[in-house]
Amino acid sequence: METMLAAAPTQAPFIQLLDSDGVRTAHPTWDPWAQSVDQETLRGFYRDMTTARRLDDESTALQRQGELLLWVPLRGQEAAQVGAGRATRPQDYLFPTYREHAVALTRGVRIAEMLRVFRGISHGGWDPRTTGFHHYTMVLAAQTPHAVGYAMGMKRDQKGWDQARIEEEGGAVVAFFGDGSSSEGDVHEAMVFANSTNAPVVFFCQNNQWAISVPFEVQSKVPLVNRAAGYGMPGIRVDGNDVIAVHAVTRWALEHARSGKGPVFIEAVTYRRGAHTTADDPTKYRTQDEEQGWDEKDPLLRVERHLRANGTGQDFFGQIAADADVLAAELRATALAFPTPSLTDAFNSVYAEPHSLVSEELAWYQEYQAGFADRDEEGTQNRAEGTR
Amino acid sequence: MSTFKLPDVGEGLTEADIVSWKVSVGQSVTVNQVLVEIETAKSLVELPSPYAGTVTVLHAQEGQTLEVGAPLIEVAEAGAGNATPVPATSVPATSAPSTSVPDAAGSGSAAASPPAVESPATSSVPAESTPAESSPGPLVGSGPVADSVKRRPRVRPGQRPGHHGAHAAATPASEPHHHRALAKPPVRKLARELGVDLSQVPPTGARGEVTREDLSAFADRRLHTTGLSAPASQGTQPAAASSGALAAAFGAGSWQAPADSIERVPVKGVRKATAAAMVSSAFTAPHVSLFVDVDATRTMEFVKRLKGSRDFQGVKVTPLLIVAKAVLWAAARTPQINASWVQTEQGAEIQIKSFVNLGIAAATPRGLVVPNVKDAQELSLRELALALEHLGATARDGKTSPADMRDGTVTITNVGALGVDTGTPILNPGEVAIVAFGTVRERPWVVDGQVVPRFVTTVGGSFDHRVVDGDQCARFLADVASILEEPALLLD
Repeated sequence: METMLAAAPTQAPFIQLLDSDGVRTAHPTWDPWAQSVDQETLRGFYRDMTTARRLDDESTALQRQGELLLWVPLRGQEAAQVGAGRATRPQDYLFPTYREHAVALTRGVRIAEMLRVFRGISHGGWDPRTTGFHHYTMVLAAQTPHAVGYAMGMKRDQKGWDQARIEEEGGAVVAFFGDGSSSEGDVHEAMVFANSTNAPVVFFCQNNQWAISVPFEVQSKVPLVNRAAGYGMPGIRVDGNDVIAVHAVTRWALEHARSGKGPVFIEAVTYRRGAHTTADDPTKYRTQDEEQGWDEKDPLLRVERHLRANGTGQDFFGQIAADADVLAAELRATALAFPTPSLTDAFNSVYAEPHSLVSEELAWYQEYQAGFADRDEEGTQNRAEGTR
Repeated sequence: MSTFKLPDVGEGLTEADIVSWKVSVGQSVTVNQVLVEIETAKSLVELPSPYAGTVTVLHAQEGQTLEVGAPLIEVAEAGAGNATPVPATSVPATSAPSTSVPDAAGSGSAAASPPAVESPATSSVPAESTPAESSPGPLVGSGPVADSVKRRPRVRPGQRPGHHGAHAAATPASEPHHHRALAKPPVRKLARELGVDLSQVPPTGARGEVTREDLSAFADRRLHTTGLSAPASQGTQPAAASSGALAAAFGAGSWQAPADSIERVPVKGVRKATAAAMVSSAFTAPHVSLFVDVDATRTMEFVKRLKGSRDFQGVKVTPLLIVAKAVLWAAARTPQINASWVQTEQGAEIQIKSFVNLGIAAATPRGLVVPNVKDAQELSLRELALALEHLGATARDGKTSPADMRDGTVTITNVGALGVDTGTPILNPGEVAIVAFGTVRERPWVVDGQVVPRFVTTVGGSFDHRVVDGDQCARFLADVASILEEPALLLD
């Protein structure tokens, strides 16, 4: 009895391949999975992260200028997102929360188009089928059961494929969520189903230390990764600010899932350096000392240090910054040119095919609109103002 | 000229305070340059400029509160060449002059280089001076307050078709231009029949819409006030509506207060706290109240002398100071009134305090607060005067802290300041005595068989009868009165 009641382990191994000084550290287990990350690839990662951060800042500014209802900053989580996103294959399918802007970028989704959601004029703005990047889910953790269901379907689709075909064409699913979501029941259910059906899904948790204003230590007494054992799947705790390590472990996890060995849980330990959203003020619940403690662990800083130490010149960094500014200007131009949707359009996207009830409701709505005394010129402008 | 209106930087905020301007009129600004720091109910926020150009007007002053959607600043925009935004926050160490570098190839998918952009306008922002033409403009004015006034603006009947578009484009969405009232179609129909302009009817619907009841009440009231005159635009009155209106007009049926004749004030904040404290006190401690009239002429003379004295230069001296000192003096002689009735696990007990935290009830802009002077028994008359002055000033500024109001033992309420003689105050919860100090004015008074004008006041008080009986209350109150009659007794 005594031994059964022994305390749960409060420590877990922590995978890091690039330390905060930019020094590449050797790791016998993970080095093979990081081998593909040469200097050129790493420069690509750096470009992704810089671009994501610049567009993130521009989007925050647009919210402050009244052009967006809300923005969810990703600052600090670039390595976790780019490392994971770049480990996926085109046939994989990814379920984001609402903060995975850098993942979106790696899937070819334009962040500018994503702003439709945050302007409140669309539920999406990009094509999940061609990008393999699902629409954002605003309800915490709700996407995790969806991801498992999708993975279960993928497994059925790939039934009977031989090993070679699976390696070539096989897909897997990544379910993104955060430490806050990990406290939700949906994540538990998703993990139970994933393991009982051996679904090809990677649970990728960005533990950014804060569930809005609730610190991680309030949510869990043990590292999240330790929960994986309870479901019977491998768990990996990785430095979420180390893009190389994240990339390596995610590649391994996706291959594990893809090859039919079942789900994997990855806890990427990172830090949300900004506010939870533009409606949040982190100074009310955490100290400046804590925030500054993560300055040196910044995900971009260590890659820059590494690249510079290995011969990448200033002109590369200058060009990246200039390119990011151009993209920021394009993002701004795109966002300012969004047309205002008409409410009538909403009736068109309920079903793929014509539907008698929806048609009836549309007719009713149009009649209702026409029922006002001042029925002339009932154009989109009026409806648009009604929805603002 | 472009106007930047105060956006909702949170979710559903209605207003913000201007904390500090970071730019001034005449200054040139770039896109995303910080213009102003504002404080909302949620946080301090810096607002970056949506425009590049020259600041021409600052619409608000520091410290001012602006509603969401109100104009904040005007910028005369520069040419399109300036349109590339600068980073809102700096990107670490990557700002040196740039030469072209081959795109870094990614590992897997094709998007290692910047994602392709469909828009042909690569580096210039669309001209923002005409946003209404091509885009709907900022979301300024969304949120609970703004939505209720700007939902579904309409063309008025008779306006020529086609005019509306221009009208909507030229009128900022947040301006309270004449809007159409919300109502369900049957209610609109009834309003047309009654000849009532719906925009005149005070709405009570959950979404700000005019309900059938609102319309009926309005129509009835109109008949009341206009003496049954039929609506001018109205040929025939529907029988059902008019019979109800007639019945109301002739007083048939029970009288009902019109919906808008009662102002409903939500009970919250200090009002709520005061109400709870008073109910708790009034129904927990059985109150007994006593009064005594007293000749306070010598107190008035004493106050006058203190005001002139060198020691009290610059110190505010009032009769309340002498009352405070009198209460402290009397409390020392009857300590039972400086006590609490406390319910413990072993039953009730009376806790008599050897210190006096003297509370002064103060009417403030926020409502009634009772801050207290801690360890008032230790203070000299001058120190007490300074303490009372500080306490009053803090309360008037609305800066009284919870700590200032905690742990009081005896309270004075200066009802005289309100021009009344006395009252039966309710105890500050947990205390045993509260003294009411009435107005001081010249009244006829008998001295040595002669009626003479004297400065007379009434000292009253309420006491917790569980703790003290009439004799202790009377002795305490008589002691306070005796000091007011002869402040020299304080010397003993």
